[in-house]
Amino acid sequence: MSAEILLKVRGVSGGYHKEDIVKNISFDVLPGDFLGIIGPNGSGKTTLLRLATRVIYPRQGAILLKSKNIFAFGLKEFCRNIALASQEAAINFPFTVKEIVLMGRIPHLKRLQFETPKDIEIVQEALALTDTLHLKEKRVDELSAGERQRVILARALAQEPELLFLDEPTSHLDIGHQIQVLDLLKKLNCKNNLTVAMVLHDLNLASAYCNRIILLNNGEIFKQGSPEEVLTYQNIEAVYKTVVLVNKNPLTSKPNVLLVPEEFNDN
Amino acid sequence: MRISKKLFLLLLVLLVAIFFGLIKGAVNIPLGELLLNENRIILNLRLLRVITAILVGMGLAVSGITLQAILKNPLAEPYLLGISSGAGLGTVMGIMFGLSRFYTPLAAFMGALLSIAIVYYLALENGRISDKSLILSGVIVSIILSAIIVFLISISANSAIHEISWWLWGGLQVNDWRLIFMVSVLVIAGITAIYFFSQDLNAIAAGEEEALHLGIEAQKIKKILILISALITASLICICGIIGFVGLIVPHAMRLLVGYNHKTLIPLTCIGASIFVLACDILARTLFSPVEIPIGVITAIVGAPIFMVLLKKSNRH
Repeated sequence: MSAEILLKVRGVSGGYHKEDIVKNISFDVLPGDFLGIIGPNGSGKTTLLRLATRVIYPRQGAILLKSKNIFAFGLKEFCRNIALASQEAAINFPFTVKEIVLMGRIPHLKRLQFETPKDIEIVQEALALTDTLHLKEKRVDELSAGERQRVILARALAQEPELLFLDEPTSHLDIGHQIQVLDLLKKLNCKNNLTVAMVLHDLNLASAYCNRIILLNNGEIFKQGSPEEVLTYQNIEAVYKTVVLVNKNPLTSKPNVLLVPEEFNDN
Repeated sequence: MRISKKLFLLLLVLLVAIFFGLIKGAVNIPLGELLLNENRIILNLRLLRVITAILVGMGLAVSGITLQAILKNPLAEPYLLGISSGAGLGTVMGIMFGLSRFYTPLAAFMGALLSIAIVYYLALENGRISDKSLILSGVIVSIILSAIIVFLISISANSAIHEISWWLWGGLQVNDWRLIFMVSVLVIAGITAIYFFSQDLNAIAAGEEEALHLGIEAQKIKKILILISALITASLICICGIIGFVGLIVPHAMRLLVGYNHKTLIPLTCIGASIFVLACDILARTLFSPVEIPIGVITAIVGAPIFMVLLKKSNRH
């Protein structure tokens, strides 16, 4: 596999209404990465994803996909390379699950082109992978938040991207489904060469799955590197303004972050 | 039931509706007699009427579908953008300035275009159209233009101005082939163009940012589609007046029947809406014949209860 950098973010600043939420950020996403983006609320995680997926223009800096500016791609071509599974899809129109996931094939279709059996097959597979096959004919407004989240993931997988961004893919899931979704992403990451970059709130999930972590603070990168390098109690306390204990997960020997309530702080 | 079977059934019902549209009327004439030379004029008029009904059905329903998807609101309707009052104002002014009957539709069309332009301009914020401000500015422009209409009518001494009343409840009596031809070109071109964007409509209906992530330039396409659907509605309103509920009920019912995918929804709705308008027009002509009831009254009486049932049903979810 080539060592070419998949996504190169260089000095990017941007936000809404002239106010920069993300400030002068630079990082690389390498092929095969399983990248975690963490940081407190309002630290610019989602804004960073929106910048990287062409929703908002960077005010400064550039983002390059395979050494080409992301805005130089045709939009559909771009969406065949990069998909985003967003936090919460607006569900005002009660499409069925199958219809929603079929939309993931839009970047691969021409106008007026109906889905081919191959598209249907890909959608079927995405549904099976995300454990949503049994929901196929259900309307999205009848689903639980967790089911909806998996449907959104299925649609992003149906897009067959090289790089998949996820915005808190586990926020509405119970621990069983959290592990299931992340295991699935890991499997796709290893077997199908899917590069994954995701915003996560759960530091321990980030530690357990990601090969690299970017810690954001006030729109800037506070620290990036391996879980061991980023998830130290010094870094976490500085950014999250809260006392934690970091030890090792005895099984995976990855850093494990433990929260400490205020009453125990003196110890 | 498979889509192709539903399509076949709908086409069958449409043929039946067209057949009755031709033979029913102030007098019932069997098809065999209708084709005789001596009934040429009646056949001509009824053919025009059937074609008008089909155009109105398809045009209003597809405009409705488009606006509903774009605004992500299944209760949006084609007259939402102030088109009806704009066209009304155009008609009133046309009559006041003594335009001939052939040119009043043109005045209505200009009025509709004017209202669309104002609504569109008001809804534009930093180059983006937001759903909420589009709906709000539509309402505001409607109120202002309606006030001007009432003002003009009340100060006008011209008795011809009272002809405007048919217009408020619509009618399919268009006796001019040239007019129908021009409108049908606009309506059919518009529907074809919207169909071209049916995939985009799917994505936009699911959410604007989602659409962007699927490779659809939502803002750009939204603007194009708003203008096309407004043009369709404007061209229909200036020959048929306001015919309510068609753009609301038929898309709603058809979604229950064939689902939300616009690639199949749009063509099947065209057929369903044609059937609906043809049936309402047959009722309008025959219920109290020889007196003809304005078709808007029928679509409202038939449509409102259906709408209430659908609304209650969707609330239960």
